[in-house]
Amino acid sequence: MAILEVEKLTKTFGGLTANKEISLRAEANKITAVIGPNGAGKTTFFNMITGVYKPTSGSIQLRGKSIGGLKPHAVAKKGISRTFQNIRLFGPITVLENVLVGMHTHLKAGIFGTIFHLPGVDKEERIAEREAYRLLEYVGLEEHYNDEAASLSYGSQRRLEIARALATKPSVLLLDEPAAGMNPKETAELTGLIQKIKQEMDMTIILIEHDMKLVMEISDYIYVLDHGELIAEGLPAQIRHDKKVIEAYLGKGATEEQEAEG
Amino acid sequence: MKKILEQIRGNKWLQLGLLVGYIALTSLSLILAQRSVAAFLLLLLSFLLLYYTKLPNWSKWAIGLAIMFFILPFSAMQGPAYQEYMDVATLVGIYVSMALGLNIVVGMAGLLDLGFVAFFAVGAYTYGIFATAQASNFMPFGTYPLSGNSFWIFIILGCFVAALFGVLLGIPVLRVKGDYLAIVTLGFGEIIRIVFNNMDQPVNITNGALGLSSIAPPKIFGIELLYSNQIYFVVLFILLFIIFAVRSLEHSKLGRSWKAVRENEIAAQAMGIPLVKTKLMAFAIGASFSGMMGVVFAAKQAFIDPTSFTLLQSINILVMVLLGGMGSVPGVILGAAVVTILNAQVLNELTMWFNSLSTAGIITLPDAMSPVKMQRFFFGALLILFALYRSKGLIPAKNVVYDKRKFLSEKGTKKRLQSVAAPKEDEHGNTGS
Repeated sequence: MAILEVEKLTKTFGGLTANKEISLRAEANKITAVIGPNGAGKTTFFNMITGVYKPTSGSIQLRGKSIGGLKPHAVAKKGISRTFQNIRLFGPITVLENVLVGMHTHLKAGIFGTIFHLPGVDKEERIAEREAYRLLEYVGLEEHYNDEAASLSYGSQRRLEIARALATKPSVLLLDEPAAGMNPKETAELTGLIQKIKQEMDMTIILIEHDMKLVMEISDYIYVLDHGELIAEGLPAQIRHDKKVIEAYLGKGATEEQEAEG
Repeated sequence: MKKILEQIRGNKWLQLGLLVGYIALTSLSLILAQRSVAAFLLLLLSFLLLYYTKLPNWSKWAIGLAIMFFILPFSAMQGPAYQEYMDVATLVGIYVSMALGLNIVVGMAGLLDLGFVAFFAVGAYTYGIFATAQASNFMPFGTYPLSGNSFWIFIILGCFVAALFGVLLGIPVLRVKGDYLAIVTLGFGEIIRIVFNNMDQPVNITNGALGLSSIAPPKIFGIELLYSNQIYFVVLFILLFIIFAVRSLEHSKLGRSWKAVRENEIAAQAMGIPLVKTKLMAFAIGASFSGMMGVVFAAKQAFIDPTSFTLLQSINILVMVLLGGMGSVPGVILGAAVVTILNAQVLNELTMWFNSLSTAGIITLPDAMSPVKMQRFFFGALLILFALYRSKGLIPAKNVVYDKRKFLSEKGTKKRLQSVAAPKEDEHGNTGS
């Protein structure tokens, strides 16, 4: 069953077409990868799904309901959460508070309840704190729960972003280059974490990534973008040998060489 | 010497003893010395010492409240400068409240507001118009001025009217960010002042530049609160409420979303935080504190006119927040107190002292050099020094320190928040406790 269905999504910035009629189906409890060279329009595509950009045309449906053109916070509320290519944590506040911010839509406390400490508000906070702590345990950051988010190492910041995204209790999780800047050991750990999230939380994951080893290892289905257009889609094994994809990454000469060798 | 200091740092009973001794000494000297500003200021300093002791929170509050409600009014009462002292203390209360309001907007939500005094003006005029005969010019029903008994309702009214203006200002203004926001709010502050200055025609609502005079003083149980020592307690109660409210908001869902918006708007939105609503809440709540104190200010002064609400006032409040520490509640309280006391008392006293010296022929000081006239110079210099050496303010903002034992063990937290896809409990349950 497809949870997220994107139909002919197009985005133009003035004369530039960043995304041209891209269609994508994210199956439930599967990892769908979106790959492509730099500037292929992957992040633009994510930004449209999460409401940061308004699509020029096309439709986005979550569980059969249209979410195209909604504001980012409304999209988050519907159950789509994301991490960012350039880490966007709330630096000066603590690691635990970062995750608590992710719980925003699930907390009912109103302003008067907060000011006058109405029954339920404090208890709700405790429950939220506990759940946030559990999520930190899940990504392996529980020791740092009282540290400033900005003080974490790069790899830990990436994992905190994932924990924060999970705190919104999404049905679809979008990961924008989660392994960027990580060393091989950190990447391997991250691969394990993503698989764990998929299996244990029944999560539908859409992934943008440049690390081909990671992509090929964990993706169930791959879409390839180049110059804002969808050039290929298929199972990892198919994509690995797709002529167009190799061309897009390595240039036209590469396929000819390969053919000559093969 | 070093050893003694270390011992004091470690032992909270010793701290308590020293603090009590200090308070006793300063309050006694305030009682005995006829006009001693130094003793008064030293007594106020005990709040700061109290803040830095290692006593548990409840006892800090108990001692603080005792000083505010009994020790300070009682020891000031003995001298001839009683009303002067209480006037300064009242002003401190008013400015601390406003600075706490602005701190929500600037410090927590990160929205630079240069027209904050507008909300103070809105509060002041809300009471001023109805507590003088002014309202009979345009109100079709009722008799005006309303009696001082209505003051108590007007505190709440002032709060809501100012909050409403906060929202009205916010809706158009929040489309712009950063420097642009500062300019637009600056414009708004000036517009409000000029509107109050000109709303005497065609219908006389604000009495224009002449201002509103003989505003009814607050009245309770038939007693009119005319003097600073009485208003002081009114301000104190409102201030305590505001501190309580700010403390509750700071580490709540709303406080966190302000900080999230301040740090990264895009990430905050991606977490489901509605940008406009969150910012409007900051504007409205910040404004409401100012509005409440505006009502008190109008009642205290018994006279208001547009010149009480200039841009300089807005900047003054901003200086308090910057000096104290953006986003830091204790810092902002200290910053507001320091700036107000400098303004209202220290510079005046210094001027008087210099004047007496120059009449005695000891020094000659040109008039332009008198401390009161150098006020802006002092604040400018102070700000530069702070920007250079203590850019996070007197008491920088601190993060709340969570205690995992508390939220992991508390009963009744087995319940989960309503979830769509939560981690399975049995696989990684109670591992951390």
